Amino acid sequence: MADLTAEEEDIVVRPMPVGSPGRKSSGWYGILALIVTEASLFVYLLFSYYYTWLWTDGHFLPSRRPDISLSAPDTVILILSSVAVWWGERGIRKRSRWRPPVGIGIAAVLGIVFLVIQAFEWRGKPFRPATDTYASFYFTITGFHMAHVVLGVLILIALFVWSLLGYFDEKRYAPVTIGSIYWHFVDVVWLFIFFTFYVTPYLG
Amino acid sequence: MSAADYEQMPEIRSLADDPGLPDRLKEIWETRPGLYGFIASVDHKEIGIKYLVTAFAFLVLGGLEALLMRIQLAQPGEHVLTPEQYDELFSMHGITMIFLYALPILSGFSNYLFPLVLGSRDMAFPRLNAFSYWVYLAAGLFMYASFLVGAVPNDGWFNYAPFSLKAYDPGPNMDFYALGMIFLGISTTGGAVNFVITVLRLRAPGMSINRIPILVWGTTTISVGILLSVPAVSLAFFLLWMDRQFGTHFYDARTGGQPLLWQHLFWLFAHPWVYIIVLPAMGLVSDALPITCRRPLVGYTLVVLGTVLTMALGFGVWVHHMFATGLPLVASSFFSGASFIITIPSAIAVFAWIATIWTGRPVFTTAFHYFAGFIVMFVIGGVSGVMTASVPADLQLTDTYFIVAHLHYVLIGINLFGVLGALYFWFPKMSGRMMDETLGRIGFWVTFIGFNIAFFPMHLTGLMGMPRRVYTYPADAGWSEVNLISTLGSFLLAIGILLVLVNIVRGLRNGEIAGPNPWDAPTLEWSIPSPPPPYNFALIPAIASRHPLWESRLQEGSGRSMLDRGFVLDHGKETLATSIIDAEPDIILKMPDDSPWPFITTLVMCALFTSLLVRSPVATALAGILTLLCILAWLWPKRRLLQIARPRHG
Repeated sequence: MADLTAEEEDIVVRPMPVGSPGRKSSGWYGILALIVTEASLFVYLLFSYYYTWLWTDGHFLPSRRPDISLSAPDTVILILSSVAVWWGERGIRKRSRWRPPVGIGIAAVLGIVFLVIQAFEWRGKPFRPATDTYASFYFTITGFHMAHVVLGVLILIALFVWSLLGYFDEKRYAPVTIGSIYWHFVDVVWLFIFFTFYVTPYLG
Repeated sequence: MSAADYEQMPEIRSLADDPGLPDRLKEIWETRPGLYGFIASVDHKEIGIKYLVTAFAFLVLGGLEALLMRIQLAQPGEHVLTPEQYDELFSMHGITMIFLYALPILSGFSNYLFPLVLGSRDMAFPRLNAFSYWVYLAAGLFMYASFLVGAVPNDGWFNYAPFSLKAYDPGPNMDFYALGMIFLGISTTGGAVNFVITVLRLRAPGMSINRIPILVWGTTTISVGILLSVPAVSLAFFLLWMDRQFGTHFYDARTGGQPLLWQHLFWLFAHPWVYIIVLPAMGLVSDALPITCRRPLVGYTLVVLGTVLTMALGFGVWVHHMFATGLPLVASSFFSGASFIITIPSAIAVFAWIATIWTGRPVFTTAFHYFAGFIVMFVIGGVSGVMTASVPADLQLTDTYFIVAHLHYVLIGINLFGVLGALYFWFPKMSGRMMDETLGRIGFWVTFIGFNIAFFPMHLTGLMGMPRRVYTYPADAGWSEVNLISTLGSFLLAIGILLVLVNIVRGLRNGEIAGPNPWDAPTLEWSIPSPPPPYNFALIPAIASRHPLWESRLQEGSGRSMLDRGFVLDHGKETLATSIIDAEPDIILKMPDDSPWPFITTLVMCALFTSLLVRSPVATALAGILTLLCILAWLWPKRRLLQIARPRHG
């Protein structure tokens, strides 16, 4: 422990930041806690899937291996959108006025493209949620993720509007930091889901 | 706007320099009176008391349900309740006590006490705090609304699939429970985030992590546990609801589902939950008991480590609820071993308390009585827990009244008795008045004796083979006498609780004035008036030891805490954030004003969950969009909170 006693002369009184600056804002800590609990949710989802697969006698996976012609490019699109947000956020610190809205805007558009492609992916599946247990898991887990993408896109749109309104400068941009870490989280989760549904069937 | 907005030089003053400060702070921090203030207040003290009152009301409801069941079981072959009503009552009794009473009452204490013992002016997220409370209330009412439509949850709080699937339970009963629990999970999660971040950030300068009171350690530990475990149960209920409403195949073995998946997800959550609803109560006792023994707690560091270790190991014992489900012997043996090991960290506190009493000079207040009773029952409930951790014994005892006895010794012993002791102990701080000690001690003995008469015989009832969850039993089974004794005991216990309520009312009306520190206690909450002013601390103190008000007696540490001088922070609603480990001043936080949005968002979410219950897609979409809009309005950056950049010039 620091040798900190409370005698007045020992307290270093220096100018301190006020309010919500970047990673010192309460919201930054709050979003990290939220991500911990959301990550747990996806761990439990994938646990349920693998548990059920492991304990099922006989066939569990669909007979045809999954087609990755839509989901693979979709994965790349999601990763690119993370890069776009990161680029926009870096722009704030470099005092750029146009980079934040452009980066965030591109990310939001890519997020929407991801959702549209996912909708086609869903429509192309030969099974529906009630077909069998695998199908129930497929639609539930990818559906949970899509719901998070929808929320992430809405957050990005809010950040886009706020950055156009001039709410952020190089010292006040906590909402961008908070929103972008959430977006990165949603993207990382997709990698686990992609691996689970599109890669593991090829490993067997 | 000037550049000074981004940075500020904090001032350190004493009240003698600035006698007008308390009035200025009161003006800034006080909640408006009236209905709007009631709805919009973000004051942690008001929210804490709302939690306490609501949780106590649910305790009374759950208790009445229990009394009805005990009347039914008083004699063999009774017909007070139908089997269906009995199922509904034992389900709602469990749901109420475990989810709507046991944690929320502890959240109430923690909400009230956290900023006071940490030396802060509020919680880290005051609006989220209000939201957590309103969602808790709404989720509780949502589940109780099932009584209005005559479709009360009826498969027990454990709610095993496939029993709870639509084929076997076609009404909306379990949908109330499933959606209600998902709704409640939002409140629990929000509360946990708030506790964790408050501890990390909002401690007084100098309150390094080895100076944090144990009650804070308890609640913080379980809050991390909540963040990791609540998603499991929310997911379990969501999958159940999907199975029931949309024909998915998660739990139904006939269509490829896994019924045991429910049990895994449920107990992955629900065993940690057992520690979640006792560790904060143990924390309250660890802080208050030493004060009634006139000495510091013995073994502070060990108790803290024991608390954290118990929670961590608590995630590795869930399968001991499933020994009878036909799992491989290796799995059962592993989890049995883990269940034996967890007794070690969880018993550390017991030895610390006994040593504290032994080496202290106990003052036999009502609170001390409850704490002593708490220790006795912890030992009994702990020993019967060790018995059931053994696989062969468990195969014999599971689903009998022995388990009912065990879990009530744990939950009433380690939760309710700690809570009642804490109530007698902190009531003077909350109300400014004392509760009556004589009536308090009579109430304690009635509660203690009533509880033991009700539940101790159940060990025997279980060993004699009476199964749980049956609505009646035949006269020749030999269970009649023990059941009658339990019923008589349960009514005595109810009278004891009634005496506590009487004492509360009496104390509020004409209890003796308490003053700031009636127990001569050492921690920060006792350095301010009772009840505390809206801003808690006129000057944010700086801490040099674990017992700031006992320093001159204990000669602890090298320096002296600074209580009469401190950080002023009066440019609007402000409090101090400090660094995580050493608690050095870090930044000045702007705190939000009272806000109606948490309440409005809760109302809209009520509509959302009701739409899901009746499966109306249009209403669900509408309520969902409204919920998002409410959250947007709530989170819109505010210039007053310095969340927005100052306008650019040139």
